[in-house]
Amino acid sequence: MPEYAVEMRGIVKRFPGVIANDGIDFALEQGEIHGLLGENGAGKTVLMSVLYGLYYADEGEILIDGTPHKQYRPARAIGLGIGMVHQHFMLVPRLTVAENIMLGQEPTRSGVLIDRDAAVRRIETFSEQYGLPIDPRARVNQLPVGEQQRVEIIKALYRGANTLILDEPTAVLTEQEAESLAEALQKLRAEGKSTILITHKLQEAIEMCDRITVLRKGRVVGTVDAKETTERELAEMMVGRDVVFTVHRSESRAETESMLIAEGLTACGDRGLEILKGIDLELRRHEILGIAGVQGNGQAELAEVLTGLRPTTGGTIHLKGDDLTGRSTRAFIDAGIAHIPSDRHLRGLIMPFSLRENAILGRQQEKAFSPSPFWQRQGAITRFTRSIIEAYGVKTPSVGTLAKNLSGGNQQRLIIGREVTKNPCVIIAAQPTRGLDVGGIEYVRDQLLKMRDQGAAVLLISMDLDEILMLSDRIAVIYDGRIVAIKDPETVDRHELGELMLSGVVSQATEQGGSQ
Amino acid sequence: MIAALKRSALLRETGLTFLSILAAFGVGCIILWAGGYSIPAVFLNLWKGAFGNKISIGQTLTQSTPIIFTSLSFLIAFRCGLFNIGAEGQMYMGAIAAAVVGIYLKLPGILHVLACLLAAGLAGAAWGWIPGYLKAKRGVNEFVTTMMLSSVAIYFTDLLVAPRMVLHDTRYGSNQTVRVMRSAILPKLLRPTQVTWAIIVAGIVVFIVWYYLFRTRSGYELRAVGQSPKAAEYGGISVKRKLILSLCLAGFVAGLAGAGEVLGTHTRFISGFSPGYGWDGIAGGLIARAHPIGVLFSAFLMGALRAGSMQVQRSGAAPGDIASVLQGLVIFFVIAPTLIRRLIRWRRNR
Repeated sequence: MPEYAVEMRGIVKRFPGVIANDGIDFALEQGEIHGLLGENGAGKTVLMSVLYGLYYADEGEILIDGTPHKQYRPARAIGLGIGMVHQHFMLVPRLTVAENIMLGQEPTRSGVLIDRDAAVRRIETFSEQYGLPIDPRARVNQLPVGEQQRVEIIKALYRGANTLILDEPTAVLTEQEAESLAEALQKLRAEGKSTILITHKLQEAIEMCDRITVLRKGRVVGTVDAKETTERELAEMMVGRDVVFTVHRSESRAETESMLIAEGLTACGDRGLEILKGIDLELRRHEILGIAGVQGNGQAELAEVLTGLRPTTGGTIHLKGDDLTGRSTRAFIDAGIAHIPSDRHLRGLIMPFSLRENAILGRQQEKAFSPSPFWQRQGAITRFTRSIIEAYGVKTPSVGTLAKNLSGGNQQRLIIGREVTKNPCVIIAAQPTRGLDVGGIEYVRDQLLKMRDQGAAVLLISMDLDEILMLSDRIAVIYDGRIVAIKDPETVDRHELGELMLSGVVSQATEQGGSQ
Repeated sequence: MIAALKRSALLRETGLTFLSILAAFGVGCIILWAGGYSIPAVFLNLWKGAFGNKISIGQTLTQSTPIIFTSLSFLIAFRCGLFNIGAEGQMYMGAIAAAVVGIYLKLPGILHVLACLLAAGLAGAAWGWIPGYLKAKRGVNEFVTTMMLSSVAIYFTDLLVAPRMVLHDTRYGSNQTVRVMRSAILPKLLRPTQVTWAIIVAGIVVFIVWYYLFRTRSGYELRAVGQSPKAAEYGGISVKRKLILSLCLAGFVAGLAGAGEVLGTHTRFISGFSPGYGWDGIAGGLIARAHPIGVLFSAFLMGALRAGSMQVQRSGAAPGDIASVLQGLVIFFVIAPTLIRRLIRWRRNR
């Protein structure tokens, strides 16, 4: 038997404008649990998608059980013994566990009739052998999330998987469920199966894995033995020590006049779980408050709550003393809160609409554009759109061009132009530079600083720690739905920040005081 | 340059639609041939019935009129991302309301007509509000509710005009009301044909709907919800309210179709007066690619097929159902390009 279950050499995967994997070497030993650790956008999921055949690598080779393979699809990957458990389960909710597992590979009686009993028996065997208790006759939509995940794992095993890829498996689990998953993985290892665990949780990687490979910005930082590493070392590897290139930032005019105050905000995520668990924030005039954190700790929900898009379950939001808690999005807009949403395709723009129509999105009720619901000033809208195009350098053939035909950078310029010209007192900027090229990034950052200099309170949410450090006047670290610390970017220790982001606390070694 | 670009896009859309219609007729020929019918005889009669002489052209226009309304009804909801399959029922509710106001309310001349139209619109709107409310507040699929409420409306109005019921015309055995007052009648427009002023009303409503959708804030918000509910939400638009509004407006316009039939063509409410204008509106709206101006043409096509099929039936060249077959094929081919484009994109993205 070859030493490695999977070996990936020099994998390069490019997407328009981004190199997601930049020459990655990765080796999975037979019968090990291998953690793949990295921040969001580090390239973990892309790498595993290449392995599973969802993407073709642009360069590099893949050896599975010692044999090289090129350009295969997931069906082939399954045939080669690779099983993937996605973050979002691929199950038919109304079918039973057994029906879901055998889907596509139904055992038959005399070649025609489905042999349910055979399937059920086989599943029971698996379930016992690997310590994954499940009732094959239960309906999937009646199972808790943890058991649904078990179904996914059994499904992969049923299809003959020797190597399991688990994409952030604990993200959706409760603590007890995570523990029983860890036990199951140990049993699988005892049976000789190899597992790749994609995660960005340090503690979990150390507890569950044998070895850990850390990725950053599409490259391998290193592979370490889980028993010999520490959270601190891993955090350092993940966050890195990049030279911070500075933007031209004027002296902070930090005033203490607060614009927006949020107290004890709680809210649920899309799946109904509580994501925000009590957020306290204060946005001040002439200030950029950066939110640092690993994706999935509540940033997206925070942006939506502060713009009235997501209902709160508790806490209050005050803008210059006015209570905005529980008000509509309209009320937030009218109160002077501008929003640069993280998803410009879904939220920020209406893709099949023209630039003209997009230029007034959210501002359609302004008197200048529409004195009444049945009267729109077309000329005024066109002139306004032209002025944005000119002032914010949106490259477009005409005001009638559809938003979907603009490049990402130009789309973002249009959004920024629209939001800034509102003269807002608060700006919620969620991942404003994501997916932009260098020029676009610089432009957006300059605009954010300009808004701050003009007196607005800016909340900057970004997955790019460098960006946060570069632009912020204060940094709030978000972890598990709470602001765990507020730091000064001038004096903060990068490792300390990394640890706070990844575990919510600072270990003894790093502790130097200095939190608010 | 921009104008040229715009024109070319329009030209391409029109060309595509035209080709789809041709393709539909092509496949229709194969079906006719397989059925053992004479293709030339069928098409000759189809033409004769639709455009053969003054009367048949009048027939085409008469049939087109309610379809203009129902097509508009479909597309208003469609622009908001909803499927209004229930124009038929909303039309019946509008028709009975127009009849009641036309029979019982005394008003001078044009005011009476306007009152009838308004009543019809409001009745249709009420019938649209129910699925709209259920969709917005309870997430009930509007496809099912609008369709089911159609049956309710059709049989409810039938009940109202049944013998011994309030609105029944006692002089006749059939289920219908008495005539509306003279002042409420939409007079004939092109004698000796059946065409009435209803077609003028339809033309005006086409313009109003176009203006509403593309030149008002309310219409802008409605389209925003249809294209991207998430972005509309971001823009401070209440998605739920817009969903309800769009189905109310759709119901209003469908109600006008009923008024046109009652005040114009029949001058009374007759149970089961519609041969399926409401359903034709789905086709009309789709063929027009949900553009109000396009509805003028698509409804005309639907009307011509209806008028022509009657002649085909009378001549014995083939069963009149051939019109439905052609109609179905046209829809199929109009939607097919979108479908094919989507499939290509899907393949490419893999």
